[in-house]
Amino acid sequence: MEMLSGAEMVIRSLQDQKIEYIYGYPGGSVLHIYDALAQQEQIKHILVRHEQAATHMADAYARASGKPGVVLVTSGPGATNAVTGIATAFMDSIPMVVLCGQVPSTLIGEDAFQETDMMGVSRPVVKHNFAVKHPSEIPGLIKKAFYIASSGRPGPVVIDIPKDMTTPTDKFEYHYPESVSMRSYSPATRGHSGQIKKAVELLLSARRPMIIVGGGTIGGRASAEATELARTLNYPVTTTLMGLGGFPASDPLWLGWPGMHGTYEANTALHNSDLILSIGARFDDRVTNATEKFCPTAKIIHIDIDPSSISKTIAADVPIVGPAKSVLIEMLALLAKTDRVPDAEALSEWWSQIDQWRQRHGGRYELNDNGLLKPQQVIEALYKVTKGDAYICSDVGQHQMFAAQYYKFDKPNRWINSGGLGTMGFGFPAAMGVKLHYPDAEVVCVTGEGSFQMNLQEFSTCSQYDIPVKIVCLNNQSLGMVRQWQDMNYDSRHSQSYVKSLPDFHKLTDAYGHKAITVKTEAELIPALEEAFALKDELVFLDIHIDPTEHVYPMLVPKASMRDMWLSKTERT
Amino acid sequence: MRHIIAVLLENEAGALSRVVGLFSQRNFNIETLTVAPTEDPTLSRLTVTTSGSDRVIEQITKQLNKLIEVVKLVDLTEGEHIEREMMLIKLKATGQHRDEVKRTVDIFRGQIVDVTSSIYTVQLIGDQGKLDAFINAIGEAYVLETVRTGVSGIARGDKVLSL
Repeated sequence: MEMLSGAEMVIRSLQDQKIEYIYGYPGGSVLHIYDALAQQEQIKHILVRHEQAATHMADAYARASGKPGVVLVTSGPGATNAVTGIATAFMDSIPMVVLCGQVPSTLIGEDAFQETDMMGVSRPVVKHNFAVKHPSEIPGLIKKAFYIASSGRPGPVVIDIPKDMTTPTDKFEYHYPESVSMRSYSPATRGHSGQIKKAVELLLSARRPMIIVGGGTIGGRASAEATELARTLNYPVTTTLMGLGGFPASDPLWLGWPGMHGTYEANTALHNSDLILSIGARFDDRVTNATEKFCPTAKIIHIDIDPSSISKTIAADVPIVGPAKSVLIEMLALLAKTDRVPDAEALSEWWSQIDQWRQRHGGRYELNDNGLLKPQQVIEALYKVTKGDAYICSDVGQHQMFAAQYYKFDKPNRWINSGGLGTMGFGFPAAMGVKLHYPDAEVVCVTGEGSFQMNLQEFSTCSQYDIPVKIVCLNNQSLGMVRQWQDMNYDSRHSQSYVKSLPDFHKLTDAYGHKAITVKTEAELIPALEEAFALKDELVFLDIHIDPTEHVYPMLVPKASMRDMWLSKTERT
Repeated sequence: MRHIIAVLLENEAGALSRVVGLFSQRNFNIETLTVAPTEDPTLSRLTVTTSGSDRVIEQITKQLNKLIEVVKLVDLTEGEHIEREMMLIKLKATGQHRDEVKRTVDIFRGQIVDVTSSIYTVQLIGDQGKLDAFINAIGEAYVLETVRTGVSGIARGDKVLSL
């Protein structure tokens, strides 16, 4: 048996886990681990400029690839800086393993230098966390961490590693377990057949059906099955913000996404439906609007791997706990066997109703006569130039909503955004994480000048590792979504939503050795995007000046039902 | 409605803080909480009393089950069950009232476990209602100090909460 120090075990375990990249930042408590890292070549380490960025990179890698991302940070501020990224992954059910240094176990509790109770701090925002009590536990805990992070409903797992657990001279037998079994953790591997049968019967007798494809469809790699089911039944589909790409946007069955800034047709169809099949969506407040007014005539079939997501906000009529993929495969098998078909007449009536609703708003927006670009125009141009095939990593705010509305995703794992936590500063490091793993793909960060400044230090990381992402910054010189709410609810008092003294983004980008292009007119837009994407090996920052007064529509009227929307500044349903 | 939930938990450092944290994090109500290791030293048994609508209780049990260190749980109030709580209570016992206190303790089948010339310390076991009734019967004016263990519960009959 091989004898290794705790530090060596950390690195060896990651090697045995076939980890290619880790993202992190060194510091006192993890120096032994960094020293072990330096003595091997299999695992590449990306040195970020702020730990939050490390977590977002790992997170976005996981979102794009489906495999857990790995982060290594030091104790105290290193760990607390990582918390926002851990919480971001937690809210969106993203698998991630975060290794945190800790002060030596002999000093824990004594307010030692760079000591933070990371077990306590991270507890509410992790799927689970472990503290290492003895170096020989390290391989087993790392194996468990990966297993927990990526099975069931995925999520981040933190391992707290006191420095004395990694002392180079203390060697122990190393053995990386083949598999994990835990008596207290056994996620469902398939749904209940009786419930699935009931669901199929309900589906076949629906007259006004809707299918909601959520983030769990993508996380559960069930997009193909969900698509097949919808096409088999010819039922309309809406994909949540987290589910974009889980069903192809170019398919005529797709109605856009539901919720606060969802399409008129998706929201209205949901409200009027008699049956909703939800696949891995959790009916969060940004989707449902007032829960007591939510879809009054709809029965609900709810497929979710996490039983606590079912009937949490909206009561399900047919709950199915299980992985989306296996449940859908069983549903498709039942549909293939049965002679029953949906009521064709009812369905055709439903579709003609939906087609009318599609005409009502249809994603329209008004162009400016003063020449100022509209954000929607920019996203449409981006879609055109990238042929709809880019990874779009978004920050948070109006630009996120515009990107989600106007970039049409045909594939899963291409739309990467902080949906649950709404973390400004997510987009840029997320794009970096994706680009590292998919160097040949077009990877775009869609951001605003507010969000971008929350992690712009990563320009430096991109210089160091040559990460040529494209940054589309919709610069409206204000915190657009805050401003929109202030316009709508606070008599346009723009309290602290105007960003005074913006940097010269051109010079800033230049300072880090990247290229910037400023765009102020429609005529410049497409050529600038084409130029940016032609520069395959360069990071290009597109500072695109847009109309600061634009609002995102449709927008659900607060505390109302799904059919109550603002369609423009002046038009309400 | 009041519920008594019994939980088998991995007997590991930090496991209890996850349970307690869950209740505050998700705005669940917690009335009493008792915890101790079981005959299997790798397991702790925890009894929590809480209240809420059916939907809230369903969420509480689901969220508890989701904690990695929770091995098994049961809502005891769904079936026939026994609940007990122990109270130690220090009572003023002077003058003619001294006898009255003694009689009340006997009626409630409590035991006087410590005595001074002016104080009885009483041990009383029962369900929450019985302990509350005892304090009422004695009169709050005579109560100097109370300590209650919180509720422990177990199902009646053949039902067993074990691995």
